[in-house]
Amino acid sequence: MTREFDLLIIGAGPAGMAAAVAASSSGQRIALLDDNPATGGQIWRADIHAPAPNPAQTLRAQLAAAPNIELFTGTRVIAQTGAQQLLLENALHSWQVNYGQLIFCTGAREILLPFPGWTLPGVTGAGALQALIKGGVPVRGERVVIAGSGPLLLASAASAKAAGAQVVAIAEQAPVLSIAAFAAQLRRWPSKLRQAMQLADWRFQMSSHVLEALGHDRVEAVRIRQGNRVREITCTRLACGFGLRANTELASALGCEVNEQAIVVDAQQRTSRTGHFAAGECTGIGGNELARVEGAIAGYAAAGLLDQAQALTAQRQHWQGFADQLQRCFALGPALKHLPQADTVLCRCEDVPYGAVAGFDDWRQAKLHTRCGMGACQGRVCGSAAEFLLGWPAPGLRAPFVPARVESLLPSAAQPAVE
Amino acid sequence: MSAAIELHVNGRALRVALGTSVAAALYLAGDGTSRTALDGKRRAPFCGMGVCQECRVSINGQRRLACQTVCADGMQVETQP
Repeated sequence: MTREFDLLIIGAGPAGMAAAVAASSSGQRIALLDDNPATGGQIWRADIHAPAPNPAQTLRAQLAAAPNIELFTGTRVIAQTGAQQLLLENALHSWQVNYGQLIFCTGAREILLPFPGWTLPGVTGAGALQALIKGGVPVRGERVVIAGSGPLLLASAASAKAAGAQVVAIAEQAPVLSIAAFAAQLRRWPSKLRQAMQLADWRFQMSSHVLEALGHDRVEAVRIRQGNRVREITCTRLACGFGLRANTELASALGCEVNEQAIVVDAQQRTSRTGHFAAGECTGIGGNELARVEGAIAGYAAAGLLDQAQALTAQRQHWQGFADQLQRCFALGPALKHLPQADTVLCRCEDVPYGAVAGFDDWRQAKLHTRCGMGACQGRVCGSAAEFLLGWPAPGLRAPFVPARVESLLPSAAQPAVE
Repeated sequence: MSAAIELHVNGRALRVALGTSVAAALYLAGDGTSRTALDGKRRAPFCGMGVCQECRVSINGQRRLACQTVCADGMQVETQP
């Protein structure tokens, strides 16, 4: 089966939702797809404990009211099968889609760095813990340590506390001076200042990072370094995330230029490939407000409504300023490069230790000799870790872009996947 | 909390609230783990957002990600032994 759309939007988080709504007034046939079971992306992920925030509800109502937007949730892009044709898969079917124009709104993922014990059950990412709690993972009465870097640590702590967990420590790697500089600038974005004040927590410690998770069958304690002091804290969960990394791989595989871990776009969110746009976190980490503005600009531009796109320039600049502050203040310190030991697993899929990989010149050599990055996640976790730890450019994707059913690949077998 | 959905995890019947993820069902039904790694140790959902593939389980005979799947009535979930 092949479907035809004027505009294909990949990713239904804040950017993708805003892009679809902006483009819908043109009357174009629009497909909005996402691999999650619902719209909203990570930030507005369905929460069994609470209703969706207002901006998410508004965008959802606008999407539902637009007859020319077709929503495909639980749907993944498997391969490119033609110049403007992709192979898609959901839990039941696979099909091809022909598109006129495309907007990448593929968001970001957490940077997950290896440290001894990070494969123990009970250790998750920081945003990951928040996502799991929203999905109903019970944490009531648990002792939770949150570590890593970025505003997500406090958001994750707030979710854990609201769900009845005892948050016993929050370790932020950034130094006090950086955080103070960040806080001092926050009044330029009053809504962010309010958010920060709501999330403030006395357990928040700066210049502080995880050294090791301890435990037998699951995490039982964590060792945290703060300055020259090392503390061991008993816990039942450790949530550890080191900021966000743009999901640029799909755009790159489809021929769009990527630079400094972001899809390169112009003032109208156009990528280097004609008819292909990108918006939101995949063009650089900036938060959901920036993502929504960029999404709307991309949607208007793709629909040929350039005046409406132009009118949003000042708003984008305002939120880009916030993004720049984030980037500067939460930059990862060099001490984190020493987190993994030689026997610490780097590639969680293929169980390849860091010591087996670190001696090679680049990712490709390491991959050929050790199988790192060749498992189910295709290096999305360990490749991003190696980017930071070893300074190696992240590995590119090959089709199938995500694990797929053999039946899904059969129709496209006649056309070799583009590498 | 209304227990509206009934499913099976490793053969064990379980009632969960509407909207509960399969990743959560793994914790509600057992120790929360999803698969055995090459080194023989158990792993559990890790990234929570469909990236790391640690939470891959069998759902109604198909390999799916527990963190990106919502529990549905009659679902048969099997973790990797």
